[in-house]
Amino acid sequence: MRLRRFPLKGAQPAARQSRFRGCPRKGTFFGAAHMTDALLSARNLSVRFGGVLAVNNVSFDVKQGECFTLIGPNGAGKTTVFNLISRIYTPTTGEIDYEGKKLTDQPPHKIASLGIARTFQNIELFEHATVLHNLLIGRHTHHASSLWSEMLFTRKTRDAEIQARRKVEEVIDFLDLQHHRDSFVAGLPYGVRKVVELARALCTEPKLLLLDEPSSGLNVEETEDMAFWIQDIKHELGITVLMVEHDMTLVSKVSDRVLAMNQGEVLAMGTPREVQNDPGVIEAYLGSVDDVSSLRRDIDTSLRTGAGSRKTETAT
Amino acid sequence: MRFIFKTDYGQDLRLAKHGGHVLWYGVLVLLLVGAPWIVPEYWLAQLTFILIYSIVGLGLMVLAGFTGLFSIGHAAFVGVGAYTQAVLTNMGVPFPIALVAAGALSAAVGVVVGLPALRVKGIYLGIATLSVAFIVQEILARWESVTGGNAGIHVKQPDLFGWKLTTGNEFYFLCLFITVVATLAILNLMRSPTGRAFVAIRDSEISAQSMGIHLARYKTLSFAISATLAGIGGALYAHKLSFISPDQFDILQSIDLLLMVVVGGLGFVHGAFLGAIFLISMPQLINLSKGYLPEAVGQAPGLQSFVYGAVLIAFVLFEPLGLYGRWLKVRTYFELFPFYRKGLFKRQKSFQKSDRLK
Repeated sequence: MRLRRFPLKGAQPAARQSRFRGCPRKGTFFGAAHMTDALLSARNLSVRFGGVLAVNNVSFDVKQGECFTLIGPNGAGKTTVFNLISRIYTPTTGEIDYEGKKLTDQPPHKIASLGIARTFQNIELFEHATVLHNLLIGRHTHHASSLWSEMLFTRKTRDAEIQARRKVEEVIDFLDLQHHRDSFVAGLPYGVRKVVELARALCTEPKLLLLDEPSSGLNVEETEDMAFWIQDIKHELGITVLMVEHDMTLVSKVSDRVLAMNQGEVLAMGTPREVQNDPGVIEAYLGSVDDVSSLRRDIDTSLRTGAGSRKTETAT
Repeated sequence: MRFIFKTDYGQDLRLAKHGGHVLWYGVLVLLLVGAPWIVPEYWLAQLTFILIYSIVGLGLMVLAGFTGLFSIGHAAFVGVGAYTQAVLTNMGVPFPIALVAAGALSAAVGVVVGLPALRVKGIYLGIATLSVAFIVQEILARWESVTGGNAGIHVKQPDLFGWKLTTGNEFYFLCLFITVVATLAILNLMRSPTGRAFVAIRDSEISAQSMGIHLARYKTLSFAISATLAGIGGALYAHKLSFISPDQFDILQSIDLLLMVVVGGLGFVHGAFLGAIFLISMPQLINLSKGYLPEAVGQAPGLQSFVYGAVLIAFVLFEPLGLYGRWLKVRTYFELFPFYRKGLFKRQKSFQKSDRLK
């Protein structure tokens, strides 16, 4: 078990205060009135790629300060929803509201400065740069010096660089990356890269953090660490988390609400326990009771009679 | 092995990281400043060419090495710079103003060429830049009223507001000064947000975009900076040769420039300089060795092209990091002695990319 970490210096005071209360969710910052505020709301989202309807009429609200998880079997359209929010795709119909702004009107590079940061399912780091360099790129939206002052490396640029470095060091301390600061990403193990990508997203100082399968490719211990960090991000930094995840242990540990999807459609929404017990979700993951029994009878008959293929054909 | 004890974030921003850097780069600057008194005139002229090619190489390094956009038509920018300088100088415009104009016009052409870069990548971008280079070369050959056509054009001596640079020594110092300024500007740029944005685009466009980097803007900017340096290099080239014609800026020149940055080491500022040294000194070395080779080999017409091709293939196969990469390995070998191992610089197989998103 890890020790509790110190909060980031840049975090909102209210969020930091909540650390000293028993349950941070009951703190003033996440008071009952605020919980109903939707930070991001998706309305009737649909995406069509040629003949494939990847996302079909999906609506959901992500509330301020919560951890909202999308689950579903492969190809359910979870990552597509992520790509809609980060504006890599444009929805065929429907719209996304973020802090009262229409997200679909924003160009892709503006998303980061609106306070939405993301990680990728297959890590997308800058391979031939050091960890420090990667994290500094995360500070890109916060820089404001002109090309000329950069070429001359004026005092203004230098001060901005040192300021950026300070912020980056806070994130490095938060995620225990001190040992890897100067190593090249190309030489790091997968588990560390995953944390570096999370750190890079945190360097943008987001309000909403999109995590695309944060535990994929991690071992049990690393997944536990990841769960711990996600909770810390939510509680100490006050960042709203929207994630796609398959590991149900992690999901039930960190999420407040879960949205289950299948084949582009919403199956169920609610607390992790509610969703896990939903008959529709069970069917999507395990198949229906009828499916299994019919399969069983089939094999039984073929075994008993010993005339496999002909019998199977008649049975189906 | 040197261990640097860091106590201050400013230390990581310094260009000279430790005393060794200060010493060796100081010695290099002293040698370069004293070169006119040290080396004979012929070799000083070659050194001037190395400086000119370094400036052009620096530009191509920004584009190909740092932003990851390959241009097989870089000679076009050199040509635009050279012709602008030639025409303006012959009209009596002072050298600094003509130089700025040459850089600016090249940058403008660079932005135009950069536009397809927003849509196409890799080999397709190479072909797009190549075709623009053909167009530019054709314009230089056909627009006879200004460029003098295929007959070429003579360029007057540089004129710094009345002070004419007539000797090779004076021109050498001018080139040295411009090279130092350009190098410092690029080094500064690479340690600031813009330089990092270039590297981010090279390594992963999709995540660069999600970090808030405006891809179109930075790609165009990279083309503009690269073309400006090529244009300035071209302007100096025009003065150095004092005669230019369109066939000096053909595809062979473009390939030479690309060869220069690849052999020097893609992604390192040092690579541009090592590449320029290689490109200029190689023909000299081949000439010197001709006397020692059997006549059938030494007098063969395609000897130089053959050696160039062989060297390029050898580098791509055995040392993709170029001359600078080789130097890094040698240095690390001695620093870590006896703990250096062979796989230390081996590039890791990168994980599956999400390029399918685009």
